[in-house]
Amino acid sequence: MRDRIIKIWKFYYEGFREMTIGKTLWLIILLKLFVFFVIIKFLFFPNVLNSNFDNDQDRAAHVRRELTNPR
Amino acid sequence: MQDLTGVVDWSRLQFALTAIYHWLFVPLTLGLSVIVAIMESFYLKTKKDSWLRATKFWMRLFGINFAIGVATGLILEFEFGTNWSNYSWFVGDIFGAPLAIEGILAFFMESTFVAVMFFGWNKVSPKFHLASTWLTAIGASISALWILVANAWMQYPVGMEFDPDQMRNVMDNFWALFSGIAVNKFFHAVFSGWALAGVFVIGVSCWFLWKKRNTDFAMLSIKTAGWFGLVGILLTMYTGDGSAVEVTKHQPMKLAAMEGLYHGSKGQSLAAFAILNPDKDWDNTEDEYLMSIEIPYALSILGKHDPSAFVPGITDIINGVDINENGDTINTIPYQERIARGKLAQLALKQYAAAKESGDTATASIKLAELRDNYPYFGYGYFDSVDEAIPPVGLTFTMFRVMVILGSYFLFFFIATLFLAYKTQLLQKSTWIQWIAIISTPFMWLCSEAGWAVAEVGRQPWTVQDLLPCKAAISSIQSSSVVLTFWIFALVFTLLLVAELSIMFRTISKESQKQL
Repeated sequence: MRDRIIKIWKFYYEGFREMTIGKTLWLIILLKLFVFFVIIKFLFFPNVLNSNFDNDQDRAAHVRRELTNPR
Repeated sequence: MQDLTGVVDWSRLQFALTAIYHWLFVPLTLGLSVIVAIMESFYLKTKKDSWLRATKFWMRLFGINFAIGVATGLILEFEFGTNWSNYSWFVGDIFGAPLAIEGILAFFMESTFVAVMFFGWNKVSPKFHLASTWLTAIGASISALWILVANAWMQYPVGMEFDPDQMRNVMDNFWALFSGIAVNKFFHAVFSGWALAGVFVIGVSCWFLWKKRNTDFAMLSIKTAGWFGLVGILLTMYTGDGSAVEVTKHQPMKLAAMEGLYHGSKGQSLAAFAILNPDKDWDNTEDEYLMSIEIPYALSILGKHDPSAFVPGITDIINGVDINENGDTINTIPYQERIARGKLAQLALKQYAAAKESGDTATASIKLAELRDNYPYFGYGYFDSVDEAIPPVGLTFTMFRVMVILGSYFLFFFIATLFLAYKTQLLQKSTWIQWIAIISTPFMWLCSEAGWAVAEVGRQPWTVQDLLPCKAAISSIQSSSVVLTFWIFALVFTLLLVAELSIMFRTISKESQKQL
């Protein structure tokens, strides 16, 4: 089992080490995920129902109010 | 005070922007992964180095596209939670299941085998490597399947029952999600990805020919992509025909908007080319087109596979007029009645909740029955007039023609490419033919995006057909916050696109100077 885990680790480690253009791509991926999840998601995209209500009953009541009292 | 129109319009625009950018990457992943797998299969069968070099070159471009495109779709899910929270709650159970399966099964399958595909050369057996390449391609398509199933459900909501206590539609039949609309949509999208990747490979290879670099490699790629793209575009057309039949059956208003048709007839013609009359409305007697060139019976054949079938127009649908396959005039539910019944459903829901809260079970039971009777028209209750239930005809009509004209062009493109590649030396010698192929490449993306515009603009004003229009699906948020995030996305996605193009062009240029 231990040997297998080491083998898998080496497979990925060497794969990443031998990448040429892949390093730039990984930088882009990491930067992108940081922008998406840390900046955009947390600062600009709160889940409206999860952040304003504590439980599903309150969320359902809010949606019911919204859908039965058209703006 | 919330600026409802502003929030809805900006949120729709933001969703369109992110979806359009996302779809720049996805179809190339879907198609190029299969081309790479085919090339590697040929290498394993023939042991010819030319196939191996081709496999590695296109795999590299696949990797660039995959890396930059991956996770761009997640932004759409952020938008559901923030901009479309009523929608997210209303459909959560239905929409959540396919998306969760997509995340767990397909994403892990795809990401595991992508690693073997890129890192596994000379480290795993050739057969295992080939299997990983194929599984990456299959994983990408399975990933698309769940998203497209969820999208199809929004166009044709089935397999659920509305629970007024939870305020959610609860899934009662998982397999109903695989409706005719879903199946056609999935194959149509995947095969269009094949065609797109075929055009991409041919376009890049023609650039090699123009530069007179690695011409043998380029011709091998062109022949492979030519056959693959031809199969892709033919299957796209076949499944597109299936989609048209499904749309006619379940979303007749969308079909009418695609055609700019207000008054239908038996043996309905299709406008091959037409200029829409901007003064035409569903309730006036103006002509539909300022000028048109029409193909007799074509819309009846397209929508119902019967040259004499009746296809209703916008006015017919609003007035509730249709003619069945026996030629009998039948009444569907007129839109005025749908609006009235939708309002009844909403009132019944409100009264049901009040009765439930006060412990009046008898009234609750009566109101629940009223709600169930009128629920199929629930969403119409949000409209003040029938005009609100008509999709943007001009945009749907135009995008449909862009898709069909470019799709037909690319059928000709693949046939011509294969002919030139096999029968003459013209492709290698003629600079202008090479440039036609290079310039054609971005138009395949336009064709693909236009297809989505038809599907999504044509179903407006609905997020969920007949049940929830955009204006009810929206969250109680300020339009200013949506405007701000719209521009942030525009910037981030444009940067990603620039990164993709610049890395891809550099890689193509650099690799072309090596011996492939």
